[in-house]
Amino acid sequence: MDAILLQVLNGLDKGGAYALIALGLTLVFGTLGVVNFAHGALFMLGAFCAVTFQKIMTLSKQVKDESITFFDAYKEVPYLEIWFGDTGAAFIDWVVPLSIFMAIPVMLAIGLIMERGLIQYFYKRPHAEQILVTFGLAIVLQEIVKSFFGANPIPTPAPDIVAGSANIGALFGLGDSVVYPYWRLIYLAFAGIVIFSVFAFLQFTTFGMVVRAGMADREMVGLLGINVQRRFTIVFGIAAVVAGLAGVMYTPILPPDYHMGMDFLVLSFVVVVVGGMGSLGGAVAAGFLLGILQSFASMNEVKAIIPGIDQIIIYLVAVIILLVRPRGLMGRRGVMED
Amino acid sequence: MSKTKYTRRGILKSGVTLGAAGVAPSFFVRNAWAQDFTNNPGNASSVTLGFNVPQTGAYADEGADELRAYQLAVKHINGEGDGGMLNTMAPLSLKGNGILGKKVEYVTGDTQTKSDAARASAKRMIEKDGAIMITGGSSSGVAIAVQSLCHEAGVIFMAGLTHSNDTTGKDKRKYGFRHFFNTEMSGAALGPVLEAEFGKDRVAYHLTADYTWGWSQEGSIKKYTEALGWQTNAAVRTPLGAGDFSQYITPVLNSGADVLVLNHYGKDMVNSLTQAVQFGLREKQVNGKQFQIVVPLFSRLMAQGAGENIKGILGSTNWNWSLDDAGSQAFVKSFGAEYGFPPSQAAHTCYVQALLYANAVEMAGTFYPCEVINALEGFEFDGTGNGPTEYRASDHQCFKDVLVVQGNENPSSQFDLLEVVQVVPRAQVEYPAELLGGELGSCA
Amino acid sequence: MSFFKLSRRDALMMLVFTAAVLTMPVWLSPIGAGYPDLVQKFAIYGLFAIGFNILFGLTGYLSFGHAAFLGVGSYTAVWSFKLMSMNVIPAVLLGTLAAGLFAVVIGFISLRRTGIYFAILTLAFAQMCYNLAYSVLTPITNGETGLRVLREDPRYLDSMLGVVQEAVPLGNFFGINMQGYSGFYFCAVMLIIGFFISVRIFRSPFGMKLVAIKSNQTRMRYTGFNTRPYVLVAFVISGMYAGMAGSLMAVTDPLAGAERMQWTASGEVVLMTILGGVGTLTGPLLGAALIKYFENIFSAFNESALLDAFSFLPEPAQHFVVAIVQPFVGEGWHLTLGALFMIIVIFLPGGLVEGISRLVRRRGKSGSDNAGG
Repeated sequence: MDAILLQVLNGLDKGGAYALIALGLTLVFGTLGVVNFAHGALFMLGAFCAVTFQKIMTLSKQVKDESITFFDAYKEVPYLEIWFGDTGAAFIDWVVPLSIFMAIPVMLAIGLIMERGLIQYFYKRPHAEQILVTFGLAIVLQEIVKSFFGANPIPTPAPDIVAGSANIGALFGLGDSVVYPYWRLIYLAFAGIVIFSVFAFLQFTTFGMVVRAGMADREMVGLLGINVQRRFTIVFGIAAVVAGLAGVMYTPILPPDYHMGMDFLVLSFVVVVVGGMGSLGGAVAAGFLLGILQSFASMNEVKAIIPGIDQIIIYLVAVIILLVRPRGLMGRRGVMED
Repeated sequence: MSKTKYTRRGILKSGVTLGAAGVAPSFFVRNAWAQDFTNNPGNASSVTLGFNVPQTGAYADEGADELRAYQLAVKHINGEGDGGMLNTMAPLSLKGNGILGKKVEYVTGDTQTKSDAARASAKRMIEKDGAIMITGGSSSGVAIAVQSLCHEAGVIFMAGLTHSNDTTGKDKRKYGFRHFFNTEMSGAALGPVLEAEFGKDRVAYHLTADYTWGWSQEGSIKKYTEALGWQTNAAVRTPLGAGDFSQYITPVLNSGADVLVLNHYGKDMVNSLTQAVQFGLREKQVNGKQFQIVVPLFSRLMAQGAGENIKGILGSTNWNWSLDDAGSQAFVKSFGAEYGFPPSQAAHTCYVQALLYANAVEMAGTFYPCEVINALEGFEFDGTGNGPTEYRASDHQCFKDVLVVQGNENPSSQFDLLEVVQVVPRAQVEYPAELLGGELGSCA
Repeated sequence: MSFFKLSRRDALMMLVFTAAVLTMPVWLSPIGAGYPDLVQKFAIYGLFAIGFNILFGLTGYLSFGHAAFLGVGSYTAVWSFKLMSMNVIPAVLLGTLAAGLFAVVIGFISLRRTGIYFAILTLAFAQMCYNLAYSVLTPITNGETGLRVLREDPRYLDSMLGVVQEAVPLGNFFGINMQGYSGFYFCAVMLIIGFFISVRIFRSPFGMKLVAIKSNQTRMRYTGFNTRPYVLVAFVISGMYAGMAGSLMAVTDPLAGAERMQWTASGEVVLMTILGGVGTLTGPLLGAALIKYFENIFSAFNESALLDAFSFLPEPAQHFVVAIVQPFVGEGWHLTLGALFMIIVIFLPGGLVEGISRLVRRRGKSGSDNAGG
């Protein structure tokens, strides 16, 4: 029973992450009609915002280790700790959540530059060329990151207070066996908030209304004298921010390296397509569905019956859903079908 | 049916001659008296070695370190720099004037940690660049793939970082040599330490990367811990590069196991360890005992990626820069002077492999691979950082001391991440060659 | 007209193509690409991309799982080496056939959807194959290490015919070893045949129908035309090309690894095709050669090689130039490749072949409107 409960929790947690990572991708599909293979790179850049922020905050006074003579080895003491003592140390401890404040403007800028500088010229080009150019961009971005930070993962721990596990069992009177990491619960909540904000923004603001109208019939909205283009640029910026935030918050779970974007690229495409192209609700539903199924497929009891099922479950579900529901869970007719 | 014996070596040779003939017809002037073999340097004033390392992908940093070590080795063999281990290795035939008086040059290639790419790169070195020896790599799949290619081509392969038993077991080859240790030796070295630290009455839960190396590692650790009296609760296979391992860690919580063994390497290990620690496993009490995590193979680069989480975790490693024997010191000194930081275990094994090859050629007095292989087989040496070492003739595996290490609780510098718990003597990790099976094949 | 029913123009192209392919080892030598392994790779990946283009270029269906067919071809060929004979003919035939059969199954299911949904279906199938081949199917695929030909394999056909077993078994064509340049010529002949078939398909009524399906499938359907069998045939043909390419990889190097089926491998052939020019005859081959050239030659430039290359410059200038060039070669070859993708697609819409012919046309030099279809 506890095991099942844990797996459900784990599935929700994974689902939240999948939905959040895929959200920006489906947003760009739905509005701009662009197949963005650089979406994974945006996720990675977000994570490296956290790394950069951490590097800046932990700029250190280097005390040479005199016992080593062959090269310079240092014991590093961050300036923040030297100058502000415990306050500085606490600041460093909270570096990942704090880097959100840096990631938002940086990712917005990157998104806007990307859209203005490159993507806008590819709206009318065939999907194949969009794939090639964004894939090229993704490679360039990750190679640049690699040249600065190397290929090795970089540890970016969560604040101490939330580094451990929450005793959820005790909360519901189930005993001590149901524990779950605080940070993963925070991630789930964070994903919920971001997803809800994006929904609300599109649903309840004038800006969102115009964007939705533009998604439905771009030409008509343009004829009404509204600059749809500018709004779509902003949408791309928002997508970049969402992908970036997903990356920032993921760093304590997965120490970031330059290649992490590519690792999540296929997954986020599967989530988006299973949900239905351009459908935000679909992406969220698909994220949770795939998360929970993957979680259960990895249980030893299930693997004993069908060996290797955990390796293929995501793709298997994708195939079944696409065969049963032609446009994914909530896709509209005619989007990306040619 | 076919009477003529076509061997790959013959074809390759003619291929190379043909290819070279197009570019520089005068390059391949064969001497009547020289033995005929692939990429015979003949009278040329230099000889080319092929350094095949991962330059892109997850092991790019390790590959970059390997390449640095090779470049250093080339310098030292050519008599430049401070000589490094040439000052400490014994017996030594190298004179610091290249190999057999020929200046050493090198070509590099990117394995991408993929068998296909690694073989393509090795073939380029053999067919185009005329490499007489191939070395490098950072995974067992690649090592085995390139080793069998080199065996077919008649070029010696000095394996880089490869830890699976198969490299010198089931898939061993006459032309392939491994200096690095393997999972069997890891298990043998870790067993007694695990007993001393955690006792005889433990229940282990394995998470294993679902491919050849992972299985090899899992098998060895199971074998040695079960011999201690440990029970194995479950051994769960995880997909390579899974990223998020949480769905595999949650079942550990209530399994009744009190030790988690992570048979993961590289990025997988960094991720699974980070996540396992987040799940509070290290604070857990099970069966009245403190829960423990063991990572059978790790390196300083991985420890760096795992950060705080690695502190106090036990594992094994081939070599660490903090060793204070003369060989290690000489190597760390020249590597540090050249690049400004200490070498990794991958760099160490690659550096030693390059020296061992050069030395064997010098001993044999010829580049003819069969003679070089003879010189390497059963070669006993010291002064390369792992104590007295022997290249066993029957499987081309080096036998030497193995390090059991622990993530350093209180590092004195940014490089001081591993603390050597015990130097396990060679006698304790030796095993009969028949244990792992395989067949070397013949030379000519 | 008489030359295998080709127009004079196509016959000429065929002749030039044949001559160019067969002399590759010679004219590629000056740029360091004339050695056997790389010219073999050019031919094999060229075949793969040409086949992929029959599906993608003509019908517009973007498959993101073609590497699965390559993998099936490879594994089948190696099993043929293990169980039947070291002769390459059964290996190539069986590899192509197995991939074709596999393509029938995958195609039949995936072609129920179009556009990105089709792409993800094929991707999903290929990823399942890759993941399983890497892990639970290890008894068949030998997992990470890759399936290899061993001396002690049974090879029933060979032993029946009394063929002498080599110490190191290698693929042969009735006694001619398939390593080195002879292997290349075998692949080159396959490439030329494949290219010829592709030209014939492009010019045939069947090809016309495929293009019509690409331009407006709905309209085709409304006229009462059932499009699916045609697309399925195109899918299977291109799957067979991939299978043949896979079996040729095993022929020139008897090893088959699971990573040949990974999504990155599928992505690679997509990139090759787009880079060279979707729907052009020679474009995919060009794209394949370009990517393989970067992978094998650019990645091999290291500092000392660069210093040699620029040794004609005075010392300080030499080091300066090397310092600038170095981030783009050797371990930085991915960066150059990524930048190249962007530059080509930005400045040469339609890929290399299409883009170049467009540039030529813009210069007012009319008459070269068709650089390969």
